[in-house]
Amino acid sequence: MSIENKAAEEPVQDQTSIQNPAVAAAPEGQTTKAPMFQLEDVGKTYKQHKREVRALDGVSLSIPAGQLVAVQGPTGGGKSTLLQMLGALDRPTEGTVRLAGREISRLHDRELADIRATEVGFVFQSFNLIPTLTAQENVEMGLEPLRLKPAERGERATQALASVGLADRAGHRPGELSGGQQQRVAIARALAKQPKVLLADEPTGNLDEGTRDEIMDLFEGLWREGLTIVLVTHDSSVARRAERRLRIAGGKLTEKR
Amino acid sequence: MFARYLRRELSGRRKQTVIIAIALALAIALVIVVNALSAGVRDAQKAALASVYGVGTDITVTQAPAAPGSGTQGPRFQFNGGNDSSQGSSTSVNQSRLISGRGSATFDSTSLATVQKTSGVQAASAALSLTNVTLNGQVAQQNGTGAAPTAAPTAPSQTGESQSGTTRRGFGGNFGVDSFSVLGVDGNAGTVGPLASATVSKGRALGAQDVGQHNAVVDSSYATTANLSLGGTINVGGQNFTIVGIVSATGSDSQTASDVYIPLDVAQTLSTETGKVSTVYVQAASSDQVSTLKTDLQKALPSQTINTQADLASNVSGSLSTASGLISGLGTWLSVAVLAAAFLLAALLTLSGVSRRTREFGTLKAIGWRNGRIVRQVAGESIVQSLIGGVVGIAVGLIAVLVINMFAPTLSAGTSGGRTFGGAARQAGSAAGSAAQNGGGGFGGGGGGGFAGFGGSATHVALGAPVTPAVVLIAVGIAILGGLIAGVVGGWRAARLQPAEALRSLA
Repeated sequence: MSIENKAAEEPVQDQTSIQNPAVAAAPEGQTTKAPMFQLEDVGKTYKQHKREVRALDGVSLSIPAGQLVAVQGPTGGGKSTLLQMLGALDRPTEGTVRLAGREISRLHDRELADIRATEVGFVFQSFNLIPTLTAQENVEMGLEPLRLKPAERGERATQALASVGLADRAGHRPGELSGGQQQRVAIARALAKQPKVLLADEPTGNLDEGTRDEIMDLFEGLWREGLTIVLVTHDSSVARRAERRLRIAGGKLTEKR
Repeated sequence: MFARYLRRELSGRRKQTVIIAIALALAIALVIVVNALSAGVRDAQKAALASVYGVGTDITVTQAPAAPGSGTQGPRFQFNGGNDSSQGSSTSVNQSRLISGRGSATFDSTSLATVQKTSGVQAASAALSLTNVTLNGQVAQQNGTGAAPTAAPTAPSQTGESQSGTTRRGFGGNFGVDSFSVLGVDGNAGTVGPLASATVSKGRALGAQDVGQHNAVVDSSYATTANLSLGGTINVGGQNFTIVGIVSATGSDSQTASDVYIPLDVAQTLSTETGKVSTVYVQAASSDQVSTLKTDLQKALPSQTINTQADLASNVSGSLSTASGLISGLGTWLSVAVLAAAFLLAALLTLSGVSRRTREFGTLKAIGWRNGRIVRQVAGESIVQSLIGGVVGIAVGLIAVLVINMFAPTLSAGTSGGRTFGGAARQAGSAAGSAAQNGGGGFGGGGGGGFAGFGGSATHVALGAPVTPAVVLIAVGIAILGGLIAGVVGGWRAARLQPAEALRSLA
């Protein structure tokens, strides 16, 4: 299965109102620049309860910089595994994964950690905030691997919280925040490091419709600013707001029109 | 960030922190108490031994008593001579004899010179352990033989206390027996010897000026019992000695090594043990050299028995010995068991904590935390938990030690094993039973009855529980070790956590 940057060749429908400034401003032929992600014949098999699971099967994919991509598919179809490959959280059993032109599928754990620390921002369905820490501290946790000076770390965390509209909630712990606010904190944690890509796994899965739309507005805003975003979702209304939609089922990836 | 995260995590998981801290605190408190009690028992043993051997004695040189049947006959009481007078069919007797101490054997005093020449010896002195026995009363005349009766009492039985005035009717007579222990001491002994631990309460100690003189120093307890006072006289071996000093042991309830001390040369002459001693007390130049010195002395004096303080400690008996056994046995094992349980509990709870925090660690790895940073965090939390336990444990341990010291239970201690180092009269009293069996000392065997035991009164020592900085350091070390073990186990588990698997398992 091979999808060679079809988004660039075949513009996704329903995106008339959303234009990534980076893409919109790009001159003709920009889509030929080095893609942010380049997957070639990626396969992933892992064992679960002594049973082999083929999570990805011959996935080839190219995602240009500045694209907002939604990945849909049934539960267990391989969505999260694909996201983990993109986010340097896991290595493929076969094939190669390139991030900004760098082959990351054979790197050492420590190098993968460094990539996650500097280039990739993660947002999870359950927010995955540390309950004992405040919003400000949770955001600072994302900056910890960068070894910034405490003052700079604090400043960046404050800015990130302000950018998601939570400047006044910096001292609150996750338990004192609503689901939408917690997800905003998680987004701030991912953004504070100024990543190249933002990967979100069901970012609106635990939110009501109103909050879901707020979060998606936030993602769109970031995309407009030029950030590459890949989000996994079950929610078609969320997926429809993406620039490009992919579907994965049984480990096989297809372009969704 | 490390400290803030650590503080928040520990306060957020208070129950686990408290359980681990309490477990370690209990273990550490036990270690402190057992350690302090062990030190207290060692001090008590040292005090008990010091009353016999004197402070500063590292090694004693003695000679094992002769085997049964091989000994020569001891001094005999010959009636109708000397102070005895006949009245009709009975003879009045009043005789004193100075005989070898019970359970001890004598050896040539040239051994002292050999010891003094040995490398590593700081000081050495010799002593002769004797018993003064006095017969006083009427002995029936025997018809037909024309020979005066001879009293040949058997060895005294062991009672643990000096006894005098015992009336015996062994062969138709009526006489009393008085006995007390006598130690012939070197006037030039200096810092080592049986009188080194004694305090002069009245008069003076024996010195170089007393050589050849009939001067005596008396133990204060014995002086009270026998109604003796400074400047008075005491009959030893049939001769009067001027009491020039009263000495007492350091402990208020304990006695010194002997009832009476007289100059060594006089003791040798009166007991017909000329040129003989029963114990050489040795002070090593350095405590590190005691073991080497023992070996060297054993080579130089192959016929003698060489004992160090450690060897002698095994001869301490009584409730002190019971306490020692209890602490070194049950106490130590209890400490080890509780410590192992605390370590195991800390490790298991940390492991379980890491499992519960799979999402947290998976997330941290996903946002770029390296394994090493997560391991440090887990280990740091464990160590701080253990240190909290350590501080609480040290506090509880010190309070427990304070309580022990406030009550300071009194333990009795006797020394036994006269055959092993057969020196001082106290040992002789304690070991009288065994000595009677092997024929050492005594009056040459034979005859009925037997003297009641003498000497051998127990020393009473208060059991303290001293705490040294080393014990506190050990406690802190144990706390850190406990934290490290738990941290390493938990950290290892956290490091093995693959972020993708962690997030997948949660999904």
